[in-house]
Amino acid sequence: MTKLVTGVIQPHRLDDVKSALEAAGVRGMTVSEASGYGRQRGHTEVYRGAEYTVDLVPKVRIEILVADEDAVTVTQVLIKAAQTGKIGDGKVWVVPVEDVARVRTGEHGPEAL
Amino acid sequence: MKFALDSGNTAWMLTASALVLLMTPGLAFFYGGMVRGKSVLNMMMMSFSAMGVVGLVWVLWGYSGAFGPDVGGGVLGNPGKFFGLNGMTDAQSLMAAAGVPALVGVAFQATFAIITVALISGAIADRTKFSTWLIFTGIWVTLVYMPVAHWVWSGVGLLGPTGITKSLSTPIDFAGGTVVHINAGIAGLALALVIGRRKGFARDPMRPHNLPFVMLGAALLWFGWFGFNAGSEFAADGVAGRAWLNTMVATCVAMLTWLLTEKLRDGKATSLGAASGVVAGLVAITPAAAAVDTFGAIALGAAAGVLCALAIGLKYKYGYDDSLDVVGVHVVGGLTGTLLIGLFATNKNSAFLPTGAHAGLFYGGGFTQLGTQTIAALVVLVYSFVMTLLIGAILKATIGFRVGEEDEVSGIDLATHGETAYEALGARMTTAEVKA
Repeated sequence: MTKLVTGVIQPHRLDDVKSALEAAGVRGMTVSEASGYGRQRGHTEVYRGAEYTVDLVPKVRIEILVADEDAVTVTQVLIKAAQTGKIGDGKVWVVPVEDVARVRTGEHGPEAL
Repeated sequence: MKFALDSGNTAWMLTASALVLLMTPGLAFFYGGMVRGKSVLNMMMMSFSAMGVVGLVWVLWGYSGAFGPDVGGGVLGNPGKFFGLNGMTDAQSLMAAAGVPALVGVAFQATFAIITVALISGAIADRTKFSTWLIFTGIWVTLVYMPVAHWVWSGVGLLGPTGITKSLSTPIDFAGGTVVHINAGIAGLALALVIGRRKGFARDPMRPHNLPFVMLGAALLWFGWFGFNAGSEFAADGVAGRAWLNTMVATCVAMLTWLLTEKLRDGKATSLGAASGVVAGLVAITPAAAAVDTFGAIALGAAAGVLCALAIGLKYKYGYDDSLDVVGVHVVGGLTGTLLIGLFATNKNSAFLPTGAHAGLFYGGGFTQLGTQTIAALVVLVYSFVMTLLIGAILKATIGFRVGEEDEVSGIDLATHGETAYEALGARMTTAEVKA
């Protein structure tokens, strides 16, 4: 079976996370720009003395499909590489995936990873 | 008087005129970047359309009304005398003494009238009915700019050497502190009051949508302003050099003091603050460009950066929606320059005092010039404010001065011009149909 590991991380950690995952044998991932907030909340901007609170801050979402037995390792690698110890580092979660297919060949299941 | 062409001065004035004209598209960027993305086109169109209307009015009756022969009492020029600029001789040139032909003087002054009207638009961003704005620009330049320019710059007007301050001294307004900045700024306040606040003012976020546009606009304004101030000497000489240098250094200092004020008050020095400080410094040095020495220019710039940065908060305190701080920058900056002339005016070190003007308090001239400057500023403040309120109220009551609430909320660009500036705002087309 397959699992989907999703991490929402600080954008400036992306390069390190990507290298660490590649070193751990991950061969593909999907990265997208996201915005949101957790306990970090937003930040304030001041324009000519008028203060605006910006709720949503930029984040990067990284998605990796892995075989069941690799899910724990990949999650640990991702956390280690993304961690700065400050509020706003993000979240990682793992969900089961019912089926995966490779579009080019039509293969299903673990062969498609 | 016999006219003797001076090709050097004429070449400079042709160049300076083009420099000043560039300020208005520059202003379009300065203002356009500060509004929300849904109204940037309309904001820029208000500046561009002011060029259209005022440029036309100026060659028909505007120049004649400001600089034509006085109709009596220094109140106005005769708008019919040089209608369409026909019948003017070079001996009648505004710049005849410098050997610059009549039409070059018309051109230079046209660019001043255009930017003055365009400046007003910053106070009424995002909500103004475009057709009414076009009509307003034609009326305002005729009933407000034309007489005020006559008073200050025709040589025979109410605020000239033979005007109401004759028993004190001659007012100093080298390049337009009263005529351009106080005039446009207070007119902006009047229109902002007539038209009312933007929906969501002081509640919804209205942050500038494109700060690089604002900085580009400030850069173009600064570049063009060398024509504005150094060109106001009407000649390529040492006084023009003094005006050029003061225009540089006062602006440099105003940018720094605005940034310092922000850093102390808000915690960060911002790019919007730098661009705003540049404009504040340019505004303040305008009336004084040739009338102060280097230290005077530094003092004016320093004061303008701090005072304007503090003044932009007033609209929230008093609840008027001067959207892009035309009052905070142009009234306050214009007053700073106009009044500080009373302290710093001098004719030493290539600076220049018009006949009948006194040196400032700090330069041994006593309080006289400060009094004269105060009177000139007050006259323009009151006249422009009252006239603009009247013109605005009449237009509002007859043809309306504001777009509908729905159009304002969804964006005036699409509602008024049928365009959007950016794809994300709806310009993406699903089916393309090209009408040939």
